[in-house]
Amino acid sequence: MSSLTSLTAARLAALIRTGEVSSEEVTRAHLDQIAAVDDRVHAFLHVDTDRALEVARRVDAKRRAGAPLGPLAGVPVAVKDLFAYVGAPTTCGSRMLENWCPPYNAAVTERVLAADMVILGKTNLDEFAMGSSTETSAFGPTHNPWDLARVPGGSGGGSAAALAALEAPVALGSDTGGSIRQPAAVTGTVGIKPTYGGVSRYGAVAMASSLDQPGPCARTVLDAALLHQVIGGYDPRDATSIDAPVPDVVAAAQSPDVAGMKIGVVKEFGGEGFEPGVERRFHEAVAALAGAGAEIVEVSCPYFPLALGAYYLIMPSEVSSNMARFDAMRYGRRVGDDGTRSVEDVMRASRGAGFGAEVKRRIILGTYALSSGYYDAYYGSAQKVRTLIIQDFRAAFSTVDVLMSPSTPTTAIRIGEPLTDLMAGYKADLCTIPSNLAGIPAGSFPAGLSDNGLPVGVQVMAPVLADDRVYRVGSALEALLEPRFAPLTKEAR
Amino acid sequence: MECPVALTSTDVARLADLARIDLTVKELEQFAGELGVVLDAVAQVSAAARPDIVPTSHALNLTNVFRDDVVRPSMPLADVFAMAPAVEQDGDSTWFRVPRILGEAA
Repeated sequence: MSSLTSLTAARLAALIRTGEVSSEEVTRAHLDQIAAVDDRVHAFLHVDTDRALEVARRVDAKRRAGAPLGPLAGVPVAVKDLFAYVGAPTTCGSRMLENWCPPYNAAVTERVLAADMVILGKTNLDEFAMGSSTETSAFGPTHNPWDLARVPGGSGGGSAAALAALEAPVALGSDTGGSIRQPAAVTGTVGIKPTYGGVSRYGAVAMASSLDQPGPCARTVLDAALLHQVIGGYDPRDATSIDAPVPDVVAAAQSPDVAGMKIGVVKEFGGEGFEPGVERRFHEAVAALAGAGAEIVEVSCPYFPLALGAYYLIMPSEVSSNMARFDAMRYGRRVGDDGTRSVEDVMRASRGAGFGAEVKRRIILGTYALSSGYYDAYYGSAQKVRTLIIQDFRAAFSTVDVLMSPSTPTTAIRIGEPLTDLMAGYKADLCTIPSNLAGIPAGSFPAGLSDNGLPVGVQVMAPVLADDRVYRVGSALEALLEPRFAPLTKEAR
Repeated sequence: MECPVALTSTDVARLADLARIDLTVKELEQFAGELGVVLDAVAQVSAAARPDIVPTSHALNLTNVFRDDVVRPSMPLADVFAMAPAVEQDGDSTWFRVPRILGEAA
């Protein structure tokens, strides 16, 4: 039943609950799809075939025994390879952690397992989530199911591509500067970055701790909400976890009503550097919401253009500190330990061999931004701009319910496309970064295709802990705009 | 505050030493050029950072988080040592084995 792979997670859960299909059949269908297409897509770094089928059979037995089942019981999920999952490698797309198997589960892993979901495997990512194209993975790039010569965005390109290629109905991602939303945009899928602290970071390999936020990836808004509800909520093991109920995102995802809602369009995100086809789809999406009764106003956020610069100081600073843990002593790659070299020499050699260019670049940049004499000019200044970005959001949300912008300035670039300079590549996250700096929830939703036939995403941003508003607008967009499916999706239909 | 934006490969070598990463000569030269571009692009950040603005280190206004100091089970030691680059065992005890940490030859 290959058509099982084109169903939503919500529908699959309903079919499994009533016994119309078994979780084993559903899991097998997705494993078959992975076997059929993943040599072309390369969304997965590890497929956990045997255990997935075993878990699926266990869920089926539980159902037959009449035991209570969670809302997504028996539904397969793909997991970004920076979340710890005991019994499988967690590589972070890096030679540093090649073949490393964690001794404990991440909070999100625990929660999907406790909800009786079936983990299919671990998905590809830019090395330690540092990148916007999944090309910095030490294990090769992931290919965009819309055009296999193009990138699926990043860092969570594996999770997004797995959804677009029908290899998984839902997936886990993490978003530091756009790593859930930007891949969602360029693969025509849904990706939500929850409020910072809304989903536990415990067991997620850290990149920039004040920005990192795990979240759901899906093909529909409701599926994202259902997964959000499974993984969200307080966890005392993450000191930044918010001790408050998860906003009712599932109800919001089923309420496509924006009548009377006030939607602000960010004035600063458009024009130069934005692909005309992206801007057209964005304005059509906004017009559709206006047609559905939303009030649209243009809002200026004057400091947003500085967010990218502030991010490229704050993020590398936190990276340089977080990556210090990879010292080749207790776990991870160790090279050059020939019995004569000192611990520092072995550390240098191991880090030189274990990290790829982008990781090294960011560690060096962060070390510089934090070094004595430059701290105030770089890291200190960036922290002040972070304050200004938060003030921009505060002012905007005093007059509107949500803010909108394109999710990305362009559609997916070609794999290996030479960039004019380093900053040109970093601009892929131009629109997504401000919400990470401010900790607010934001999501990317499909808005049709650009002139080149590639998917465009629109972004919805809401105040802290108003994640439900993101879902409400997303659900309206889903109801108003025509769905589009990737060529690989059509093949399977 | 004025920021120096030109980085030489000697600067990068010093930073790589601080960060304990061996870089090749090619990487030193490449990174010096690329990081100069990034620092150039972020110069506007320093320009916007007026003295009266309070810096934000974290989006949430969190203060210290405390929990009760209670004994909890730790990770199984065998699982932890299974992933170590090198261990030494003596009877029931296991240690991480590390390269020499003192300046003199072993």
